[in-house]
Amino acid sequence: MAVVFERPKTLIKKPFTYCPGCHHGLAQRIIAEVIDELGIENKTIGVGPVGCSVYIYQFLDTDFVMGAHGRAPAIATGIKRTQPDKIVFSYQGDGDIAAIGTAEILHAANRGELISSFFINNAVFGMTGGQMAPTTILKQKTTTSPKGREPKSHGFPLQLCEVLSACQGSAYLSRVALTNPKLINQAKRSIKKALLTQIEGRGFSLVEILSPCPTNWGMSPQEAVDWLEKEMIPYYPLGEIAVKEGILHA
Amino acid sequence: MEKKILMKGNEAIAEAAVQAGCQLYFGYPITPQTEISEYLSQRLPEVGGVFLQAESEVAAINMVYGASASGARVMTSSSGPGISLKQEGISYLTVAELPCVIVNMSRGGPGLGNIQPSQSDYFQAVKGGGHGDYKLIVLAPSSVQELITLTHRAFYLADKYRNPVEILGDGMLGQMMEPVVFTKPQFPPLPSKDWAIKGKNGRERKVVGRLTLEAQALEEVNLRLHRKYQEIQKNEVLFEAFGSPEPDLLLVGFGTTARILKTVVREGEKKGLKLGLIRPITLFPFPRDEINRLANQAGKVLVVEMNLGQMVEDVRLSVEGRVPVFFYGRTGGMIPTAETILSRVEQIVS
Repeated sequence: MAVVFERPKTLIKKPFTYCPGCHHGLAQRIIAEVIDELGIENKTIGVGPVGCSVYIYQFLDTDFVMGAHGRAPAIATGIKRTQPDKIVFSYQGDGDIAAIGTAEILHAANRGELISSFFINNAVFGMTGGQMAPTTILKQKTTTSPKGREPKSHGFPLQLCEVLSACQGSAYLSRVALTNPKLINQAKRSIKKALLTQIEGRGFSLVEILSPCPTNWGMSPQEAVDWLEKEMIPYYPLGEIAVKEGILHA
Repeated sequence: MEKKILMKGNEAIAEAAVQAGCQLYFGYPITPQTEISEYLSQRLPEVGGVFLQAESEVAAINMVYGASASGARVMTSSSGPGISLKQEGISYLTVAELPCVIVNMSRGGPGLGNIQPSQSDYFQAVKGGGHGDYKLIVLAPSSVQELITLTHRAFYLADKYRNPVEILGDGMLGQMMEPVVFTKPQFPPLPSKDWAIKGKNGRERKVVGRLTLEAQALEEVNLRLHRKYQEIQKNEVLFEAFGSPEPDLLLVGFGTTARILKTVVREGEKKGLKLGLIRPITLFPFPRDEINRLANQAGKVLVVEMNLGQMVEDVRLSVEGRVPVFFYGRTGGMIPTAETILSRVEQIVS
């Protein structure tokens, strides 16, 4: 009998420990599928962040380095410069990559560092209990914006992909969501393109993955998916934001 | 390579690092140590290594983290304000047990301070600086020649104990030129870095820097590190004893200050004073037993530093109140003179 669907080899055989309705597990499964399909599991090194994303190292069966909050792109740079033949990726949440680690991701992109970053944007600080993130959208209530985010006090939501698109070293930037099968297939294609961008030496690559956080949004999983599609996607439009052909460092 | 050449301190460190097998350097410009970066930007690519100027000290120390996790010999350097920024990364390096060499050519502080030599980063280097229960191995060179030998030793000790090593110099040592001889680093063989992450390559995967949320598990991690620090204290103490072996007054000073104290010992001798000097070469591990022994013999101790009293606390802990410990220090980039120290010595002895 032909096998049409199975657990990716790179996904460790244990149940995900994320909250119900969270898309971290989905995102990590898709990354594992792509690693399997590209056959790079033996030369891939992941760099973990601080926040809910940190648990990725417990689920993906590749070598991993865990470091400080927001610094994963710098750590990944140190690994890639030492081992240029390896595939190096960081996996970071919005607080990690778009607040405390803004400098590290911006300069990694600007150098055209041959790494890939997977950025889970759920518009809140998840692990610490739902505080306002740089990506929290206007009017969104969090534990540190109890009346809703408003620009005068809190500034505007940060569109990281658009910011990074101004960097010459960014070769592939894409924003995806995982709220239906069609989008999941598109996300998988984007993740594969990001890793291929690195493998082909074309420059920096990043995929932003919009993800619901029902626990901290105070919603059921279905309500959270609906809210993501209705409120987040209009501000964070899906699609490829930068695609550069050719070899950056040639 | 055994010929004598005239070399600036910062460049001597950089060349010594290359000879010790340093493959990567990540840094950010700051006076008075930028020549280390400039030298390595030219030299490392010549030997197939990597020089990368980072966007910040924070990024530089985390690039060091990644390179060290990959199993390479790696270095960063800075001065006080930049070393402050690196403290987060240093704390993470210690618990992940990643070897690396961090050079601090320290300058006057606090804050932006100035670019004159200072020893006011002693507490930062020796007592932590970053968060959590950890120790750095801290080496305190006193001449350009010693910048070379201690840079060699720093890479060896870092790998031997899987621990970051800080070289604590100052702006004077970095900027001065002295004749030096480059000797080949010679140390006992080290175990292979089988903990380094290099991709699974068919074997069981490796993880560097795990999350340890359970209190009991983290206590075990800290106790294991603590045993390592005790081992370092037992094995790696280095100091120089100078002057009278049976002194009436024991002087204690490190780095640049110790150079001045040697003049004080010689000048004191001419005045009939029996002075001894202990120059700690390792600040952690601290030569507490030797200081205690000689202090008790002398009955009095004078500690001189280019700060307002930092290492003096470790000297007091070493003698445990049995002997009076006096202190003289200059700060803000001022360098104490032998004359002033000698007059202080005469006051104490009489």
